Formats: sequence, C-alpha cells, structure tokens
Amino acid sequence: MCLHKVNTIKELYDLYDNIKGLLDIKKGMADVSRKIEISVCGGTGCHASQSEKLKDELIRYAKEYGVEDKVKISITGCFGFCEKGPIVKISPDHTFYIKIHPEDAERIIKEHVVEGKLIEDFLYVNPATSEKIRSQDNIPFYKKQHRVALRNCGLINPEVIQEYIANRGFLALAKVLETMTPQQVIDEMKKSGLRGRGGGGFLTGMKWEFASKYQNEKKYVICNADEGDPGAFMDRSILEGDPYSVVEAMIIAGYAIGANEGNVYIRAEYPLAIERLSIAIAQARKMGFLGKNILGTNHSFDIFIKYGAGAFVCGEETALISSIEGNRGEPNVKPPFPAEAGLYKKPTIVNNVETLANVPVIFLDGAEEFAKIGTEKSKGTKVFALAGKINNVGLVEVPMGITLREIIYDVGGGIKDGHEFKAAQTGGPSGGCITKEHLDIPIDFDNLSAIGSMMGSGGLIIMDDRNCMVDIAKFYLEFTVEESCGKCTPCRIGNKRLLEILTKITKGEADLSDLDRLEELSNIIKDTSLCGLGQSAPNPVLSTLNYFRDEYIAHVKNKYCPAKVCRALTKYEIDESKCIGCGNCARNCPVSAIEKTDKPAKNPRLFVYKIKGNDCIKCGTCESKCPVKAISL
Amino acid sequence: MVKIRINDIPLEVDEDMSILQAARLVNIYIPTLCYLSLHIVHEHKINASCRVCVVEVKGRRNLAPACSTKCTEGMEIYTNTKRVIRARRTVVELLLSDHPQECAMCEKNTKCQLQRIAAKMNIRDIPYRGEISRPNIYIESAAIKRDKAKCILCGNCIEACSKVQDVNVLTYTHRGFKTFVGPAFDVNLDTTKCVSCGQCVMVCPTGSLSQTVVTNEVWNMIHDPTKHVVVQIAPAVRVALGEEFGYEIGVATTGKIVTALRKLGFDRVFDTNFGADLTIMEESNELIERLSSGENLPLITSCCPGWVKFIENEYPEYLNLPSSCKSPHEMFGAIAKSFYAQKVGIDPKDIVVVSVMPCLAKKKEANREELQNGGFKNVDYVLTTRELADMIQEIGLNFDSLENGVFDNPLGESTGAADIFGVSGGVLEAALRNAILTLEGKCPTLEFKNVRGYEGFKEAEVSINGTKLKVAAVNGLKNARKIMEAIKNGTCEYQAIEVMACPGGCINGGGQPFHKRKMSRTVIGKRIEGLYMQDRSKKQRVSSQNTSIIQLYDQFLERPGSEKAHELLHTTFKSSK
Repeated sequence: MCLHKVNTIKELYDLYDNIKGLLDIKKGMADVSRKIEISVCGGTGCHASQSEKLKDELIRYAKEYGVEDKVKISITGCFGFCEKGPIVKISPDHTFYIKIHPEDAERIIKEHVVEGKLIEDFLYVNPATSEKIRSQDNIPFYKKQHRVALRNCGLINPEVIQEYIANRGFLALAKVLETMTPQQVIDEMKKSGLRGRGGGGFLTGMKWEFASKYQNEKKYVICNADEGDPGAFMDRSILEGDPYSVVEAMIIAGYAIGANEGNVYIRAEYPLAIERLSIAIAQARKMGFLGKNILGTNHSFDIFIKYGAGAFVCGEETALISSIEGNRGEPNVKPPFPAEAGLYKKPTIVNNVETLANVPVIFLDGAEEFAKIGTEKSKGTKVFALAGKINNVGLVEVPMGITLREIIYDVGGGIKDGHEFKAAQTGGPSGGCITKEHLDIPIDFDNLSAIGSMMGSGGLIIMDDRNCMVDIAKFYLEFTVEESCGKCTPCRIGNKRLLEILTKITKGEADLSDLDRLEELSNIIKDTSLCGLGQSAPNPVLSTLNYFRDEYIAHVKNKYCPAKVCRALTKYEIDESKCIGCGNCARNCPVSAIEKTDKPAKNPRLFVYKIKGNDCIKCGTCESKCPVKAISL
Repeated sequence: MVKIRINDIPLEVDEDMSILQAARLVNIYIPTLCYLSLHIVHEHKINASCRVCVVEVKGRRNLAPACSTKCTEGMEIYTNTKRVIRARRTVVELLLSDHPQECAMCEKNTKCQLQRIAAKMNIRDIPYRGEISRPNIYIESAAIKRDKAKCILCGNCIEACSKVQDVNVLTYTHRGFKTFVGPAFDVNLDTTKCVSCGQCVMVCPTGSLSQTVVTNEVWNMIHDPTKHVVVQIAPAVRVALGEEFGYEIGVATTGKIVTALRKLGFDRVFDTNFGADLTIMEESNELIERLSSGENLPLITSCCPGWVKFIENEYPEYLNLPSSCKSPHEMFGAIAKSFYAQKVGIDPKDIVVVSVMPCLAKKKEANREELQNGGFKNVDYVLTTRELADMIQEIGLNFDSLENGVFDNPLGESTGAADIFGVSGGVLEAALRNAILTLEGKCPTLEFKNVRGYEGFKEAEVSINGTKLKVAAVNGLKNARKIMEAIKNGTCEYQAIEVMACPGGCINGGGQPFHKRKMSRTVIGKRIEGLYMQDRSKKQRVSSQNTSIIQLYDQFLERPGSEKAHELLHTTFKSSK
C-alpha cells in the first residue's frame, strides 16, 4: 500500500472509514471460509527463535500449496507468552499455536489452511487439566490480562501504519487537534489519573502541566526508552509491536505543552525496536502525522531518535538529558526539574514508553473510561515482564489492583517444577521483594511502596526456595555498582562497600556486626545519594534483610546457605547408602578430590567413594555423572 | 526575600540563596568538599556530588545538599541532628576508605581539605574498608604531578580547566567505582593540550594534583662545589611567600627572602625584576617598530608560558602576533650565562640558573629547546613559591627572624615597572610607561588604572606621541580565547594586548601558596595590592631608568633590538596543532 499524505482531519476520518476493515479477520469478525490470516510473533524472543524464517517458510509453502490468495501471513508484535514462543496465531478463529519452528511451516499450511484441520500437537495444554486449548482467549495466561498499552501487540503488523489506523490509530490525535485546547488535553490527562510507568509513578498530566506553564519558544518531548532493569522488556515489546502509539502520544504531548520536537532516547542494543520505530516515524512523516501543520492544523511536530549506549543511569531523566546533549550520562541536581530547564535548558517532559502507549486510549475512550481500570490512586493497567522461577515467563498486562497471587498462579501458571513461592522482586535493582504474606495485597504504586518495594518499570522476578535471598541482594547490588555513574560519593563508594559486605556474608567470612553495618550504610546511601539510582540501590538489601533476616543470620552465624546457592557455604556429599561404587564420580572429578574408601558398596566387590572436602571445587561434575543420584549438596 | 529557620534561628534571606550561603550568614559551619566558589571569575561550581554538605530539611524525604538547595519560604533546616552528623560522617568515612592513608608524605599534608574535614568530624577509624578504586600511580608531567589514588572526584580541577581556562583537558572518565579524572586516554599531560597553568592544582582539595618537585635536584646543585648557582625570584613570589610563614596576605618579604636564599647556599641572589626591565626595553622597542610599520598588530605579550602554549595549541596561525621576547626569567638566564659569566670569569657550563616562580608553566617552559644559548639552557631549574618555602622549612630557618638582605648586583637592580609584572595589566602598564618615556622624553602619568585589577578583561585608550592607542589586558585563558576569536573575526581594535593565563595574573599562579579560600578575590586582591605598593616604593618606575640595564646595553647589548639582543633575548614559537 502506498502512503498518501493526509491533509486534513476529515481526510483522516475518511481514510479510517476506508481501511477499518483491514483487521476484521484478525479480530475474528469476518467469515471463516473466505480468508485466513496468520500472524507470526515478531517480538525479540520469538525473533531470536527464527520467527522471521518461520514467516518466510509459511509464505513459501502457501505458494507451494497454491493458497497464497487465501492466506495472508504477517509479522506482529509480542503476544507476551514468550515461554511458549514462537507463537503463531491464525485468524479469524484465533487458533493459537505455540512453539512453532520453521520446519513446522509446511504442516500449518497443509493441514490447517489447506485441509482445514486443527493441528493438536501445536496447541497449548493446560497443565492443570491436561486439556488442549485452541483459542487464545481461553488460555489461562490471557484470562486475567487487560491489554491497554499492549492493545495492538499481537494484532497489528508493526510495520504497516494502515493497520494501526484501522484500529483507531491517530484518531486520538485528530480528536485532540480538532476539539481540544492544550489545557483541555492536560486536564483530560489529569482526570485519567495516569501515572508514569517508568518507576516514579508521578502523575503524567501534572508533568505536562508544569512544562506547559513555562513559556519558551522551544520545548521538548522526550520518550524514555532506556529500559534497563535486568529481565525487563516491556518498553522494548511495545516499541517492537506498536511503535505508532508512542509516536501518536508524543505528538499529543507536544500539542499539550507547546513543543514541536520530540526525541526518543532508546538504547542501541534494541535494534529491532529501533528499526520498527524508525519505520513508524518515516511513515508518519510521509502521511503528514509528523512535520509542519499536522492534519492541516497549526500544530507542527517531529520526532528524532537518539541512541543510548546502554548505561542504566541514563534512564534517570536528568542523566538521559545530559546524554542526549552529548555530555557524560550523569544525573544533575533537581531542581530545576526538566519541566523548567531540561534538554538544552528548555522546558522538557520525559515520559516512558509504556506511559505514552496509554495516552491515545485515554483520548479515544475518555479519561473516565480509563480511570475505571485500576485502583483509587493507580489508574489503568501495568505491563510486567514476568521472569524467574515461574511457568509462564513472558509479558503480561494486568489491571492495577490485581494481587500477586493472581499474577503468579493464574496468569503465570504457578512456580516452576512444583516448588514453593518464596518472594517476588518488583522494581528491578531499585525495588524490593514481596513475600508470601503479601501475595494478596492489591498491586499498585502506593501498596508496593508501603511494603518496601516499588512498582518500578515492571520487571517482576519470581523466586522460590531454590533462591538464596542474600545472593539475590548481591546480584542486584552487583548490577547497581556496575551501573553507578560514579558522580556522588555514597553511590560510588557506599554501594561498593555494601557489595563487599554482602560478598563477605556469602563467603561465610562475616560476623553479626557486619549486618548492622550493612543496614546502617544502606539507610545512609538512601538518604544522601544524588539521584534515584543511588537512593534506591540499597532497597534489595534492606528488603531482604527485613523479610529474610534469618537467612542472613544462617550465613553469618551458622556459615550455612539454606538455599544451597552460596558455593562457599555448601559442600557435596556422597550418600553411602546409595553409592554403588561404580567410580564414575572419581574418574570425572577434574581435581581428583574423590577417593575410594574401604567400605563395601551394595555390590560387595566394590567400595563406596568419598569426597575430600578441602580439595573439592564444587563444580558439580560428580553430581551430574552419578548414575544413582547419590551425590548432592 | 523568604523567611527560613536554620537550627531554630529565624532569618530572612534572598530567594535564590542556597542553604549553605544562608548558614554562613549566621556562622553555622557546614563542611563542603566539591563546592567551589570561583569568586574571581564570578562563578560558583555546584556539583552537589560529594554529599558532605547534606542537611535535614523538615518535610523532605531525604537529606538535602546545602550547596545546591535553594531556600524557600518557611523552610526549616537542621544542620546538626544525629541523622545529619551520621550521614556526613559516613560520607567522609567512605571517601577515606578509598583514599591512600599516607598523609605524612603528601604535598597537601596539613593543607588538605579532606584531612581537615576528617579531623573536624573527629574521625578516628574507617568502619568500611575494602577495595581501593585506583592504585597509587604517579603520572608526572614537566609541571604537574597526578596521583589518581588521592582524587575524590570533586571535579574542581575539571571546572578550573574548562570553565575558567577553557583548555578542556581534564574530564571524568570511566564510571562508577572505576571513575577517575584525567585527560583523554589517561596519557601524560605533557602530550595533551595542557598549558601547565596549574589552576587545577590550586583548586584540588587533596594531593591528587600537585607540582612536579625539583627541590632535590636544586639541593644537589647547591651542594656541588664545582657549580656556581645563581637564583632569581619573580615579582609575585615576594608578596606571597610570607603567607607560608604566617604573614598577612600580600605583605612583601623581599629582604627576608634574599637572606633565606643566601642561607640556603645559593652563590648569588638576583632578581627576575632585572629580567622584567630588560623585557620591557625589548618589548616596547618591538611595539614601537610594529606600530610604525603597521605590521603584526596587535602585539601580544609573551611573558606567560601558559598563554604561549595556549596560542601554539589553539591559534598557531597567529604566531606572528606574540612578542618575540623571551620571558623575563629566561632573558635573565641568557644574560647570566653570557654577560655575567664574562664579567665574573666563570665558564657558563658551570653556572646553574634557578628561578623561583609563582608558576608551574615556567617549569615546562624551561625545557623548551628554543630557550638556550651556546648549548646551555637559559634556566636550569624552576622552583615554585611553595617549593622555596619547603626548602626554607627543610633547613630549619626561622623565616620571621631573618634580617632583610639586598639583591646582589648587577642583576639585582630593578624599577617599579618590573614589580608589576606579577599582576594582570602590569606588563602592559610597564611597556606603556617605557614607550611614552622613549618617544616623548617624559612620562608624566605612571599609573594606568584602567588596566589594573583582577577582572578578566580590561581595556584602555592611551595617546603616545600624539598617536591614539587602544590596549587591553586579559587574564584567564577563557578571556584569551575571546580575544583571539575577535582577532580571527576581525573585530579586535587593539594595538597591544597583554595576556596572562591565570586569573588575576602571576600572583594567582599555580606555584603560589595554597589558600583555604580558593580563587578568592580578596586573597588575590591583597597580593595585587602588595605588588603595586612595591612599585610605588621604588624611586625609578620606568624600566629604561634602571642603571644596570643602561650599563648592560652600553657594555654588551648595544641597543634594544640589536643583533646581539635578538640572539640572546628573543625566541620563536611553533605550532603544536
């Protein structure tokens, strides 16, 4: 489809009327017999598992079987069910095939498309009931989800702007430009109660209002796409699956605050997101959604992409601004806030990707409608990247106020391998852990802060009894020590010292006074650091210390790691009653730390083996080589 | 105005005043490390990065840095609660945990801000010990010694290098615990665009940046019986050295310095002022020549080696503009190893010239290959004011009780025009006095007040022999860059420009005594006044009135600008772009 410039708001409505049927099949609204659409997940996870090749194979086989006219095959954004990827969804009947590889392409075309048969081996099996589920909507993973920010992910082709328009794309912009003043836009945003999804949870409408109040002929809208929490990929998936929403929202934000330039600060290690965003911006420019006099109005706006080099601290808005300006990515003292003196000292708003993705919906459906979702002070939904010891690893969008129990057990499908839930980490390295006792607390900004964690940008890492909480705290601190910019003393040296104390603990070299030092230093770092990174870096330490002090004490006093994670505090042993004396362990031990004893094994001609504790390097080879599982930690 | 309370003391302050400034109004001490008032260039540096100045503000979630937090109406501030004291203490303990514990050997011992704060906070132990981020590796350039281990990352040096001098060599590199300050690629400063002005050294709170020390080499020369060691002191040294021995700022202790130098064992004690008078003879002659030919204007002074390096680095296409005169101490050295050597009958190879300078760039200048005659370096060693104080301490002299000595002759006589070489505007003023006297036969006005003072940019209009002349004196390389840009754009209207690299001139050079109030206008102002007092106290105040200079020309150099003068007293510059 070639792109024509849309000159007026009316032309946009006409265009919408013309093409709104584009998504009918995908939405399941068209006649089954007429045409079939196959959507192949093009999110990073599935992309890495060759979904692009899968799509090509599907196209090839469609030609081979002569059904290329009947079937339309395209890439779409992330379905979120990454655990089971690559995902293929067939519309209009919403058949949901999981774990599909390029070599499965022929079967899909031949059996599903040509012969009209359901391929049962590709269906999701509900582990609880062993029942095979055909339709996406019936899979438990999706049942409690509410997709607002991700509304287009898995629906539209992220490289085809018409599909975005067909799902009411740019109609929010049209409504704003046609019927609302900038102040009305801000009021609507405030009414919606949308809070920043990047971590801080500041009211987006307020932020816009501040920036709108400062008079300046140059103002900036910045989209913060510097997502950096370990294990988080919410923003990345939105940009990969629906870059247009972000573009539309930035234009609206520009109108609201009086800015005509936008910058997307995105990490260079998100090549797919960058590619799709670049396509989206180019298409939007061509169609006149970006540029001078958008849709024939007085509003002019354009968007540029700025690459980040991947420093976590550049997600902090003042550091991000420094980085765009070409300076060292270091935070600066606030005030002045960016709303007053941001990029190049001009009034600037910095909004995160997910925040922006919500904006068009607020104007399409109205702030009141939006505010119906969520809790009293946290409106809307939240996208979480579910990871760790959970069955359904992936991207989920749930209404604010859902409990952690629902996320873990209903959406997430429970803990892996039947283990027991121990804790969940929200807010990434800046957050804290939520324990069993908090499973039923409605998740929103304020409740999470109250229990010593934070919403953060949406990383949600599930831990079970196999995770050592001291080790978890150490992991996060290693991250923040690595990512600290080094500007202020408490963060630069303090966090390093915290990490050193934690390392001592995991090595069994600490004493009880170290725990006091750990706690005091953590509190002082929070109290004195310059930016959010330092102020929140000790959170994982404080929250694990608060909820799992017994584990710390076990490490310090008993020199024992209950989860058997800290290598220095564990040792391999051979169970004499199980050992058959085969000698496999001793032959494979790289440091000859296993010796034969004179005790007869089950087979009286053979003798049981023993590990020499001091020599063992705890590599685990013996455990894996033992045929009777007699060796364990 | 807003009403605030600090430690329950009510007070009314300007709205944009920081908590730190407000606290000082009521004599409440809040320690600082990275805060730097660049008083002399009318700027404040606020990094808010050391976090030593944190205070409690009622209603605020975390502690606030006093240096960067503005007072607002109704603010209640507490500077000495348990929470504040513990936090501050911890921050200093953390800094100490990553700092070498070798205070006794540090140049900044007893003058170190970190040491002082640790002492004030009564810190006797470091509870958090661990890895040291940067090992002690000294990187010595000809003038500046860097020890990364002692750096506390306050950023003062970066500020001096970029905001004050616009040289932009120093910056933060790496990040987190591995962050350090240095030039790009962490190379020796000698291979960078560093001009060795030493302003970074002057603002460094610890011993991380210090001077390259040559006292041992000088001692060796003094104690070598085959060497005839002559010493000269720059104008700015005489009004600053006293500070190291408890004198008021700006008090001239010339006589005591002369005696001290004799007691140190120097064979002859001479004065760089002699070289300064000589410089004026050559430079005013050069100015008159350039004015009459109308070529190579404006004439720009070249006494300041920091500035010379700067123009060689940044504006090599304009190397025809600086005066070809050597700087005064180099002229002195050239004369010492020629005229003086002949006179006293000593082989120049056995003469060692030591300069005592307020400057670090002079250390580097002395190594320039152009600055030698007959295979002998004009100046062999450059000591700073601080190094001289150290040597005096080293042999246990009681400086205060020393008698006032007088310089040896013939290279010890000088006029008031030479004294003011140490202040911004002084060289220009001395040259004007001489040019007017030469061309008009008399010089009724000796003081050109428009070019005096520590402001970075000063101009004046003078009439010499009926010709109107526009002149300017700039100090600080940031201002020098502005002048050069004006020359480049063709908007420069001056015929003569004096440039000194350090703000305020040599009296604020990188070799001068450290002062608690870094870059303070008051400190610098007092030193400046000290030199003008010296000028006023002299009978002769125009260089050509110096009888030793007159003799020198009569007996040896013939006349200013002669072939001999060119051979010994002039130099060349080269592009280092």
